[in-house]
Amino acid sequence: MGRRSFIKSVSLAGGGLIIGFNWLACQGPTEEGGKELAMQMPEEWFELNGYLKIGDNGIVTIYSPNPEIGQNVKTSMPMIVAEELDVDWNNVVVEQAPLNTEVFTRQLAGGSQSIRQGWQSLRTAGATARQMLLTAAAKQWEVPVLELSVENGIISHKNSDRTIGYGEIAKAAVNVEIPEEVELKNIDSFKIIGTSRKNVDAKKIVTGQPLFGIDTFKEGMLIAMIVQPPAFGMEFKTMDAAKAKGMPGIKDVFTIDTYPDDMEKEWSDVAAFSKLVVVVGESTWQVMQAKKEVKVEWDLNPKLVKQIEILEKSAGMDGVSGLESTSIHMTLMADVGSKKSEIVRRDGNPEKAFKNAARVIERSYTCPFLSHNCMEPMNFFADVSGGKAELLGPIQTPEFAEKSVNKRLGLDLENIDIQMTRMGGGFGRRLYGHFLVEAAVISEKMGTPIKLVYSREDDMTNGVYRPAYHVTYRAALDANNKLTAFHVNAGGIPESPLFANRFPAGAIENYLAESWSMESNISTGAFRAPRSNFIAGAEQSFLDELSEEMGQDPIQFRLDLLDRAGSNPVGEENDYDAARYAGVLKLARDKSGWDNTTGLSRGVAAYYCHNSYVAQILDLSVKNNQPSVDKVTCAVDCGIVVNPDAAKNMVEGGTIDGIGHALYSEMTFKDGVPQQSNFDTYRLIRHKEAPKTIDVYFIENGIDPTGLGEPPFPPIQGALANALYKATGKRFYDQPFISHMQDDLKT
Amino acid sequence: MAEFSININGENHNVNVDPSTPLLWVLRDHLKMVGTKYGCGIAQCGACTVHFNGTAVRSCQLPVSAAVDNMITTIEGLSEHGDHPVQKAWLEHDVPQCGYCQAGQIMTASALLKQNPNPSDKDIDNAMSGNICRCGTYTRIKAAIKTASDSQL
Repeated sequence: MGRRSFIKSVSLAGGGLIIGFNWLACQGPTEEGGKELAMQMPEEWFELNGYLKIGDNGIVTIYSPNPEIGQNVKTSMPMIVAEELDVDWNNVVVEQAPLNTEVFTRQLAGGSQSIRQGWQSLRTAGATARQMLLTAAAKQWEVPVLELSVENGIISHKNSDRTIGYGEIAKAAVNVEIPEEVELKNIDSFKIIGTSRKNVDAKKIVTGQPLFGIDTFKEGMLIAMIVQPPAFGMEFKTMDAAKAKGMPGIKDVFTIDTYPDDMEKEWSDVAAFSKLVVVVGESTWQVMQAKKEVKVEWDLNPKLVKQIEILEKSAGMDGVSGLESTSIHMTLMADVGSKKSEIVRRDGNPEKAFKNAARVIERSYTCPFLSHNCMEPMNFFADVSGGKAELLGPIQTPEFAEKSVNKRLGLDLENIDIQMTRMGGGFGRRLYGHFLVEAAVISEKMGTPIKLVYSREDDMTNGVYRPAYHVTYRAALDANNKLTAFHVNAGGIPESPLFANRFPAGAIENYLAESWSMESNISTGAFRAPRSNFIAGAEQSFLDELSEEMGQDPIQFRLDLLDRAGSNPVGEENDYDAARYAGVLKLARDKSGWDNTTGLSRGVAAYYCHNSYVAQILDLSVKNNQPSVDKVTCAVDCGIVVNPDAAKNMVEGGTIDGIGHALYSEMTFKDGVPQQSNFDTYRLIRHKEAPKTIDVYFIENGIDPTGLGEPPFPPIQGALANALYKATGKRFYDQPFISHMQDDLKT
Repeated sequence: MAEFSININGENHNVNVDPSTPLLWVLRDHLKMVGTKYGCGIAQCGACTVHFNGTAVRSCQLPVSAAVDNMITTIEGLSEHGDHPVQKAWLEHDVPQCGYCQAGQIMTASALLKQNPNPSDKDIDNAMSGNICRCGTYTRIKAAIKTASDSQL
């Protein structure tokens, strides 16, 4: 994006601004001396660029461009603008920007990239506005701009003892020519960035105000729900909806084809089931009851079944059905997939090193499919009429969803308005906006505004899962117990989790990385830290076992490898900074008292993904085959920490979420049917299973910030497995670990 | 369909719904009080927690007919100005990430403290383990409950 394009003055949200009384109380009653602040609404707003506007009384509205899924960008992104604008954070009101590709770039929540990729444009937006305000003041006072200074939204001219507030000069600043170049602050002078600021929506959250897409109500709105095939590999055949149609409150029952074969799809148009039965009625409960009374006949989808048959036959499976089961997946991954891998990276002569090895250590690791299980089920509001679409709800990829609606309904892009609500979790699930397209198709068909709502069961059995993965590691040791070669062979259904250029690539002379994948008709998608969310834990478990076999301290073992990777790297394409990697390991070691403690069952892991570095040390005990995590020490390098307490919250959450999924969660299948459909059968970590203490430490440096939504999630799974080994004497290779602990109990 | 008069947050509301309709959907769809959240519909996640005569219950399992002649409190009515000690503690600890489950967490926590003003860690574990937080804010929830507990003393 050119700087010119974002500083264009664009009126957002039709210029309308809806703020309730005492709206500044959203800053939290304990902030700034425990006082609740209340301010008057400005009479006039002046928009200096698309990111912000200034009221005549000095109040500043900053638009948060990116979708908020709980990663707290709605607070941290405006903080960056406010920093360069140089205003009092207590005078800032934050609003969610709608999708606006003219002003903003990458309005997407994914890859932990909002802060990293927004850093320069957010700073520049604030600095540009500040420069325009200063220029306007200088002009009014007829003094050089350089003689002016600004603090907390008040411009001062020392020589003449004059001051003026942003609110008073904003009107004049609107007419100042937009500067070509602006100077950004020296990071040492930051006053907002690096200080903890409360979640701007916290007050609304704790008082139950409408914030989420599912909370949407509009005049004349009907509720729509779906009925989908019971198994992956099946599709709609016929239905009898006579009874359902006659039930109280029910307006219609029909089928839709969300993605017709001839539609040109976006990458985000992932959907297991294109053809759905839709029930529309007046209220959610009525529609839920009617759903049960629609008699649908489903059929095998011949196209989907065929590709799986081929796979199953190649595995020598009996009773080929084309409907997939977890037991078949496991056999396919272990016996077929890994035999058809392709070399992705090869350093030195690994074949020779393995041939000459005194000892080869080989271990395999697996993980199951996972459902995202955002606490707010998939939903979207749509009002499509008169050639226009108004869409409102939880979406991580509004820009792509807009294109999908454009293609599906043939509406012009400028007639498609997408508003983003706060999301009850994302974790990658809401990158795939089929539910938005479904809502638009349903609204168009009904000719009324509708809110599409998935039941928990619909949500959990709808696919877009984290893929199932499998990896085999091999290490060659010579007669002196020295590591001479390393081999990783990773794959999955339907993608490989391999990152061939990540650690320990670059640290080992003879290195071989292979990759494979196999098809499936179960739909998958990005899940918090895609691919890393498995391979990190597997790799860190293997390194732990390897260090033990070699008689080395697990942290020192990693540090020695990193030292090699830093001082004399093998190969030219290594995707990590060895010094920063080592830095978090050392910090975690120091803070956890690694060298001094005995008697604790502790495991360590470190990983680099999504541009940030995380090391975790986990202490636990196991009683009656139930693990209880006492403490986790986290060391993180994400560069400049924009909002420290919120960043800490992210790391704590990612840690708990990672422990929970590795230990408890799985999505399994029998003949294509998901075997878990709600929280009675799908286990998520609960309060009493969370660590008692999580300590979080950040590396302090001045490096441009990177994200935190994903990086703490992958490594903790390795730290957990390694600690479980210490406690039980048993290595855990297959997630979810708890099912293998309970296996022990049975035997 | 039948007419029901239910008392929510000290106010009587008349609704005309099927008697089997869970209180959750009466609150959300009919009374437009959307602070009480739908999460699972089978009393496994706690997002829909309200107070029923002061006790925490899952409103997805409470038919509207059972709510008649009882006092229901929702997150919107927990305090007049959002300043219940539990709400204040939630803000102080900046607990929420996505925030979706938090109303249910707060309703369960406030019912716990009413019954047991000084809960042990184990008491908190037991009371709060019916409320799922996919974001993993459990350590902050515990810390906030302890702060709220202290503030009542």
